[in-house]
Amino acid sequence: MVPAFILVLVVLGSILFHILSPWWWPPIASNWSYIDHTLVITFWITGAVFSAVVLFMAYCVYRFRHRPGSKAAYEPESKKLEWWLTIGTAVGVAAMLAPGLYVWAQFVTVPDDATEIEVVAQQWQWNYRLPGEDGRLGKSDSQLISFENPLGINPDDPNGQDDIVIEASDLHLPVDKPVKVLLRSIDVLHDFYVPEFRAKMDMVPGMVTYFWFTPTKTGTYEVLCAELCGVGHSYMRGAVLVDTEEDYQAWLQEQSTFAELTDLRNVAEEVKP
Amino acid sequence: MSVILVFILVVAGFSFWWLLQHRVLSKPWLEHGVHAALPETDISNMPTAKIGLGIFLAVIGALFALFASAYFMRMEYSDWQAPPLPRILWINTGVLILASIALHCAVRAVRERRMGMTRLALVTGGFATLVFLTGQLTAWRDLSAGGHFLDSNPANGFFYLITGAHGLHILGGLVALGRTTAKTWDETLPTERLRLSVELCAAYWHFLLLIWLGLFVLLAGWAGDLVALCRQLLT
Amino acid sequence: MVDATPRMHEGISPAEVPELELYHPKGWWTTYVFSQDAKIIAIQYAGTAMAIGLVALVLSWLMRLQLGFPGTFDFITPDAYYQFITMHGMIMVIYLLTALFLGGFGNYLIPLMVGARDMVFPYVNMLSYWIYLLAVIVLVASFFAPGGPTGAGWTLYPPQAILSGTPGGQDWGIILMLASLILFIIGFTMGGLNYVVTVIQGRTRGMTLMRMPLTVWGIFTATVMALLAFPALFVACVMMLFDRLLGTSFFMPALVEMGEQLSYGGGSPILFQHLFWFFGHPEVYIVALPAFGIVSDLISTHARKNIFGYRMMVWAIVVIGALSFIVWAHHMYVSGMHPWFGFFFATTTLIIAIPTAIKVYNWVLTLWRGDIHLTIPMLFALAFIVTFVNGGLTGLFLGNVVVDVPLSDTMFVVAHFHMVMGVAPILVIFGAIYHWYPKITGRMLDEWMGQFHFWVTFVGAYAIFFPMHYVGLVGVPRRYVEIGESAFIPPSVQDLNAFITVAALIVGFAQMVFLFNLFWSLRYGREAGGNPWRATSLEWQTPTTPPPHGNWGDERPVVYRWAYDYSVPGAPQDFIPQNDPWPQKAVAGTA
Repeated sequence: MVPAFILVLVVLGSILFHILSPWWWPPIASNWSYIDHTLVITFWITGAVFSAVVLFMAYCVYRFRHRPGSKAAYEPESKKLEWWLTIGTAVGVAAMLAPGLYVWAQFVTVPDDATEIEVVAQQWQWNYRLPGEDGRLGKSDSQLISFENPLGINPDDPNGQDDIVIEASDLHLPVDKPVKVLLRSIDVLHDFYVPEFRAKMDMVPGMVTYFWFTPTKTGTYEVLCAELCGVGHSYMRGAVLVDTEEDYQAWLQEQSTFAELTDLRNVAEEVKP
Repeated sequence: MSVILVFILVVAGFSFWWLLQHRVLSKPWLEHGVHAALPETDISNMPTAKIGLGIFLAVIGALFALFASAYFMRMEYSDWQAPPLPRILWINTGVLILASIALHCAVRAVRERRMGMTRLALVTGGFATLVFLTGQLTAWRDLSAGGHFLDSNPANGFFYLITGAHGLHILGGLVALGRTTAKTWDETLPTERLRLSVELCAAYWHFLLLIWLGLFVLLAGWAGDLVALCRQLLT
Repeated sequence: MVDATPRMHEGISPAEVPELELYHPKGWWTTYVFSQDAKIIAIQYAGTAMAIGLVALVLSWLMRLQLGFPGTFDFITPDAYYQFITMHGMIMVIYLLTALFLGGFGNYLIPLMVGARDMVFPYVNMLSYWIYLLAVIVLVASFFAPGGPTGAGWTLYPPQAILSGTPGGQDWGIILMLASLILFIIGFTMGGLNYVVTVIQGRTRGMTLMRMPLTVWGIFTATVMALLAFPALFVACVMMLFDRLLGTSFFMPALVEMGEQLSYGGGSPILFQHLFWFFGHPEVYIVALPAFGIVSDLISTHARKNIFGYRMMVWAIVVIGALSFIVWAHHMYVSGMHPWFGFFFATTTLIIAIPTAIKVYNWVLTLWRGDIHLTIPMLFALAFIVTFVNGGLTGLFLGNVVVDVPLSDTMFVVAHFHMVMGVAPILVIFGAIYHWYPKITGRMLDEWMGQFHFWVTFVGAYAIFFPMHYVGLVGVPRRYVEIGESAFIPPSVQDLNAFITVAALIVGFAQMVFLFNLFWSLRYGREAGGNPWRATSLEWQTPTTPPPHGNWGDERPVVYRWAYDYSVPGAPQDFIPQNDPWPQKAVAGTA
């Protein structure tokens, strides 16, 4: 009796918790609402299966509990029933997998008009690089990293001279423009994670990884690191500001290019001694 | 991970075949009664130790398949620079083949109960294996003399790591071989017992020779060419 | 190895050999300490695993205290926190679950259930335990080493695992961790060979494969998988040890640490992840399959009904075992590997859900029209189904590549894997201990303490991990010392975290009742008799309880039927033991 009752309570409690819970994902601010939809479909299917299985179990426990003189039925297997259950499960799985793969195909296909930007992670801060007026990022190499050149941009590559370097500061993005985020790390694994954008990807030293998205809502969003990167992991925060086009241009004017930074630092070097 | 997947596929294929041999499709609840209740026992006639060794060799096979997988995955990077193949590896390979042949002779001799011959073959096998190990050490010395150190680049690291792992397995085998050789002087031991020991040693040696041949192909860089050739044929 | 094998008779299979040549112990030391009896080794394995598991339990309290009440406890520094989570994860997955299921239950149950006198290589079996113990000691030693244990997370991802930004990375922590794992794998391989070969060669007359209890099937398949999967971890550990100690660059690319160029260059961190998860995913099933097997037997015995669809259950175990080798990269969807792999691995991962679902259906269908005795083992089995279904279904979120993207590396993942491979298998372990304790000791565990332990553990564990999914949905990443100030995380998440911590402490203390029960019942438990659950499988049919070294007295049992003849129409009782020739009379000289 009591066990069956508690099994029912577990199901009811879980459903109520889900409905009443104030804890849900933050409102989306990118084009990936498809991901949310797929997740909601999965929630419905799995929720139904969970409730059905546990309630069935609760019923069995109540109905077929041991009483004096009761005897179990003898039934080694039922091919028909097992086939139906298998087919049913396969259909349910396909109903989740198909939209998943469909959206994944979009996730990995970067649109041609996406602007490339670069995020460079290190223990424990975020740096960014935007292509300058030529729209192209210069080559980089972690062996070139030094105090003067924190991102390891190749000074011999002309494409790199006008790159805009943002060291340990906030990133701004124009709203409604697709961006391809190139991800680089100079020390250990990190993961560029903005919950509102839904997309995320690890950054691996020695490799350039990427993902793409289109910011759809202006505002300030928090950047977190989502791959354990040492003791400072939880404190590795940053901010992304999605601006209107005018605000974005205004901010862009205030940033310095790689060439300007190099000059500044060379001047500083000369002054020092 | 292609090498290990092929290896797992082979093991899985063998396992499924074995399971089918053991009637996993039957309906056990229908087999009551004395007649059905005492089926001919389905335990194999093979000595248990041999089956144990077989499974152990499968584990070793998985280990080296994984080394090879890692090697291939790393090899695809553009900065891959394999160290030159020390010439002595050719001689070492020959010596290891010799050791395997000697152990094969030992198996034949012990089956014919020729103790003197068995002893001689075992000692020859052991000696050839020691020569092989010395040769491998010489190969390491040649490489480091040429400036190819363990930590120079990943290709070098793999060379030392893989040959070292293989050498350690051979060394472990030598302990068993030593004990088996010592047994040939024990007159009281039943021949079956000795025969089993010799057969186990021989199986282990043949398998490690096979692994070595695979590794040799891998380290010589032919495996990469082979893969490239296959790709060309496919496209 | 050769010395310990039974005497060989040309052309006669070992099962036909009446008496195995056992190494019979001569004194106290060889009986209880350096024993070659699989049952003693099983108890040694289980005892050691539970002892080190207690350490992991305490570590989980400490990390929960930090998460529930951040800043309250000064001694939990970020360094210490990462060391806690790393050691907790590693101990629970490898040193507790793997060792307890395979080393503990495998050793105790395989020989008894297949009607063998012992494992086929008892000496190697003994070595296996002592090497495992050594691995545990090395692991514990890292707590006392300078710099403390490693804090790299149980996945030990390079490069951070061996750099100074991680606790233990440039000290002894990571070295001892890797050494301990290498030892564990060597020890496990020795034991694993035994479990597999005993099932292949040690079965008694009439014990065909399809007459084996599902427990044996689960442990057997899991061991085969472990033998093939652990080498991947071995390779990864050896290569990382080389990187750390000898300066090679297998996994270490050129990198700049704290503004300083390191001498590494050319290694691939992703390579480590592939090797790790090539082991890591089968590992999930290495823990799950024995649990599947055991729970099938618990349900069948206590519902007095044959397991529904036995053949399907066997095939599902084997198919899951095989498929689990081609799903590993679903742990790496956002690792930066080639995105096209996502299609393949999402498909294989969701396909594996089908045989798993079949198992669940067959468990609940076994309950249908059964005669359900709500004993403590049965309660644990039911609770297993609830938590396993819950955790398995959230696996469909994480396995479906694009749904995984927002959820990966959040607390949702932590909640998922704790539910599915933490709580669920541990509930099975408890159920199994309540079930087989009478066989091991001859006495029943106390019923009231058992009831208390069960309800607090089940409801409490569900209350810990079900809400935790929602912490992850909000977006809280895993492995965070504290959430800190975040605009998108409502402060109420902190209240939820505090609630989870309180639940975790309560559940933890309930385990003390269980431990007390284990010792108390040893002395004061009700006498059980040989077969208190009226079960059919062979281990309940031993001539004496607890079974002595050699298990079967003068003659090994002969098996006449499968392991699930419960409530057979026309039978005198509601169960027929496997060695009962009913309805025929025993053939002279065989029973």
